[in-house]
Amino acid sequence: MSAAGRASEARAGWAMSSPALAAIILFFVLPAIASLFLSFTDFDIYALADIGNLRFVGLANYARLIENPLFWKAMTNTLLFVAAGTPLIVALSLFAAMLVNSRWLKWRPVWRVALFAPYVTTLVATAVVWRYLLHTRYGLINYLLSFFGVPPIDWLGDPHASLPAILIFVGWKTFGYNMIIFLAALQTVPRELDEAARIDGAGWFTRLRHVTLPAIAPTVLLVSVLTIAGMFQLFAEPYVMTQGGPAQSTVTILYFMYEEGFKWWNLGSGAAVAFLLFLCILAVTLVQLRLAKRSGAI
Amino acid sequence: MSLRRWSVTLFAALVALVTIAPLLWMVSVSFMVRGEAAQFPPPLWPANPTLENYRLLFGTFGVGRFLLNSVLISTLATGLALLFTIPAGYAFAKLRFKGRDAIFRMLVAALVVPGQVGMLPLFLELKAMGLVNSYAGALVPWLAGIFGIFLVRQYCLSIPDEMLEAARIDGASEGQILRRIVLPILTPIIVTLAVYVFLSSWNDFMWPLIILADQDLVTLPVALAVNSRQNVQDYEIMMAGAVVTTLPVLILFLALQRYYLSGLLTGSVKG
Repeated sequence: MSAAGRASEARAGWAMSSPALAAIILFFVLPAIASLFLSFTDFDIYALADIGNLRFVGLANYARLIENPLFWKAMTNTLLFVAAGTPLIVALSLFAAMLVNSRWLKWRPVWRVALFAPYVTTLVATAVVWRYLLHTRYGLINYLLSFFGVPPIDWLGDPHASLPAILIFVGWKTFGYNMIIFLAALQTVPRELDEAARIDGAGWFTRLRHVTLPAIAPTVLLVSVLTIAGMFQLFAEPYVMTQGGPAQSTVTILYFMYEEGFKWWNLGSGAAVAFLLFLCILAVTLVQLRLAKRSGAI
Repeated sequence: MSLRRWSVTLFAALVALVTIAPLLWMVSVSFMVRGEAAQFPPPLWPANPTLENYRLLFGTFGVGRFLLNSVLISTLATGLALLFTIPAGYAFAKLRFKGRDAIFRMLVAALVVPGQVGMLPLFLELKAMGLVNSYAGALVPWLAGIFGIFLVRQYCLSIPDEMLEAARIDGASEGQILRRIVLPILTPIIVTLAVYVFLSSWNDFMWPLIILADQDLVTLPVALAVNSRQNVQDYEIMMAGAVVTTLPVLILFLALQRYYLSGLLTGSVKG
């Protein structure tokens, strides 16, 4: 190709990508970097009124966070969500994917769409619905449990039940998404392999453990990381269902950040929380990359 | 074998029913008279179906305004996202320019950073620009959609270079090539991206909650969340509100699910 042609191609390349790049730098990269700088200042409601009140405070925001019991509560809650929610959601999605992938299943697309539907619903709307499903006296969940002799559970009012209650909702809302990813992976596992194991007399669980799981190991890892990242970003769920309560048992990192920043207008301290959240997600991603490299997935 | 076929299918139907039961129940309660759902045992169907809750919602509560806000913001977000990401995705796949691959690698790395990390500074930035409490402020994050660029680029990689070269030799400008040759090929992925952005912006909650304060500007999820924290007792009204909020996207998804699901796989498995 001619030099002029190359130059015009390069010009077009820049012209077509620069609007998007400008938007990304202006509304994504700059704010993310600014978050770090903001976290070293005492930006609050006074600085919001007059920027002259802004002072550089070094690591004071971080020091204060470390001494704040609510911050640790939010950290612990989020880690509990990760530790309990990730295995639950991975197992639920894998189970759903294996069911939909079953060779004996009729009308597969119908069930696939039905199981995926909760994922596309509006989070706030279904959180409102689930708040009523989990109602102590009039909720359907407790009504169904009563048939098994379970006494009414105060799902959203008992500090021990509130976190599991939100997890049930989050599991219902998100398993369809992971199911689709698992389904794509399962379709690459040769049927013959599973068939051969069956002829050899391997039971359902043995085949799952020794045939299916090894074949889709990288996908299990991918889904786990996506789920963990999602668990770090819980916000609307506690906002709508429990307002962080009871006894702050469902305050998540993001909920804490929101209240610091936009309820109390401690934007400096809120930015410090945001930066710590970023470090957590970065750590998870790095661990995932390392695991993937070791297992030879990449 | 046939018995096995039916038992697996029946089991799947049962699981599917349990999964969508909360949505069916939401619709059912929204047609109940006030106070009907607050009984034990909880009724499954309305004894005397009524549209009263919807009438109240659109009359007294002025939900029509929030619906309009949601429709406007999601439509504009979708249009703007397509306008920004399609040319960029194509350029990153097919046009050779200096620094292209390095920039793209940085974009992929940036996918790890959740948008919430920069939310507080973004709020201050938009405040300085005078965009807090405006549609424009709510739209801004959708301009910076790295995922969309990634999706379009993946799809563009399959376009043969010879096709573009032939058009260049025929004297077509780069802009004409994008419009007349590339866009028609991209139609499926454009639909996928449009559905994805529309659903995501419709369902988005945290950013609109932060940036929109005016009652005349808030979207349906924000209005519903704020009201749900106050009217805890009114089951039937809240369910009608949930129906109005989530039914439009549910229908849109059912109509275009083929596009949505295929895009989801391109985005996650290759990412």
